[in-house]
Amino acid sequence: MPVKTTENGEFKPLIVAFCCNWCSYAGADLAGTSRLSYPADVKIIRVPCSCRVNPLFILRAFQRGADGVIICGCHPGDCHYTTGNYYARRRMTLLFSMLDYLGIERKRTRVEWVSAAEGVRFSEVMNDFAKHITELGENKKLEDLRCKKSLD
Amino acid sequence: MQEIFGLIKEKAEKLFADGSVNRVLGWKKGETEYDRIPSVFESAEELEEFVYDGFCAANLSKYLIRESREDGKIAVLLKPCDSYSFNQLVKEHRIKRDNIYAIGIDCDGKLDIDKIKAAGVKAIQSIEENGSEVIVHTLYGDKKFNRQDVLLERCLCCKGKDHVSGDEFILAQNRVDTTVKDRFEDVRKLEAMTPDERFEFWRSELSKCIRCNACRNVCPACNCIKCVFDNEDSGVAAKANVDTFEENMFHIIRAFHVAGRCTDCGECSRVCPQHIPLHLLNRKFIKDIDELYGEFKAGADTETKGPLTDYRTGDAEPSLISDRGGSN
Ligand code: SF4
Ligand code: SF4
Ligand code: FES
Repeated sequence: MPVKTTENGEFKPLIVAFCCNWCSYAGADLAGTSRLSYPADVKIIRVPCSCRVNPLFILRAFQRGADGVIICGCHPGDCHYTTGNYYARRRMTLLFSMLDYLGIERKRTRVEWVSAAEGVRFSEVMNDFAKHITELGENKKLEDLRCKKSLD
Repeated sequence: MQEIFGLIKEKAEKLFADGSVNRVLGWKKGETEYDRIPSVFESAEELEEFVYDGFCAANLSKYLIRESREDGKIAVLLKPCDSYSFNQLVKEHRIKRDNIYAIGIDCDGKLDIDKIKAAGVKAIQSIEENGSEVIVHTLYGDKKFNRQDVLLERCLCCKGKDHVSGDEFILAQNRVDTTVKDRFEDVRKLEAMTPDERFEFWRSELSKCIRCNACRNVCPACNCIKCVFDNEDSGVAAKANVDTFEENMFHIIRAFHVAGRCTDCGECSRVCPQHIPLHLLNRKFIKDIDELYGEFKAGADTETKGPLTDYRTGDAEPSLISDRGGSN
């Protein structure tokens, strides 16, 4: 299990960020080279396009201990593959609505559009998301006890 | 439906006689008085076993995925709701339309044996359908039901008794409308609950799941050759002993994979041995799609793009969901 508490016992969420290669991943890079900070517990997973994110990936992330999952892609209209993010947008909207319908906290999942030039925005988005997840606390509703055990 | 039964059988015999088909896909009697099994008849003689009554609820269109690839033409019997699944399969190029002769047949609602049994009926000898009445003959005497009271839930929310596809139609003289309920009514009730109430509701329902996969196997929209849930390496191929995640995951993904393609045929809820209201998951997607992307009826035709294989530049952002407010 990744360490989820700070030295003084505060909860530190584990966040998985799916970032599209062409915009948001480059945005994260820019944030890094510009020395902008964002929480170290944001684990970035690079995907070719936001529409590569299968709903199963998101559930899997929760299963393996994530407390929040964020999907970042190019701004609508700017997708490297022209329309990928438009499809992703519909899928994610429906998936999030279904998670809400099952009673799972609606603020644990998010989609943000971050371009390669928006290093500042990337760090802001991650800081804000981490803040929300910290307030929500640990993911209990979508946890997998089996994984908890093997990770501990 | 007795009148219709005769007409269908006659038609099927004729199709065999003039050689226009070499198989007929219909139903035959199963082990009990209320068990009807989808079945392929290969000759006029075999049609002796053919039945069509209130228990022929099974949607036959999925069987065409395999059957339409065989040699020769096959005739299939489609109830109005089945004709939507049929269209959807044609649209997805899953069945060979040219090898099929589709006969649309009338339906006056299918019976729910669980509702009959719930009324304390035991030792059923035979079941008689007489217009708006259903008479169950048992060892302990007869029990009469109003047909409308023992219909399957899906028939109470029937999309209408008109077929959306078919080469020929066999319809009753007095057609009955069974729709009395708005299909989104129960979804709205759930939406009105608090997230924690909803979570509890779904925990109590989904924890009953035994992962028999019947809901997936029966579904005409679930038609991948290799299903994600069959991947043994994934760790989701069977029910986990002590875990809630696996249950949620299976049901979210099952419903998601048919989102935009589910015709709300109601087969999944009908076959679930644990009586989990799976239609409440499917209909949530249908309702959201209708509200967000414009009304869409899967299977209404064979051309329109599905809502998840289409987009508008001005579509709603996913933040719409988290902006719904509330404590979490
Ligand atoms: S049919 Fe019912 S019990 Fe079987 S897998 Fe589906 S929901 Fe679970
Ligand atoms: S999900 Fe259920 S209602 Fe929808 S098409 Fe499949 S079996 Fe029919
Ligand atoms: S490539 Fe960035 S969203 Fe498609």
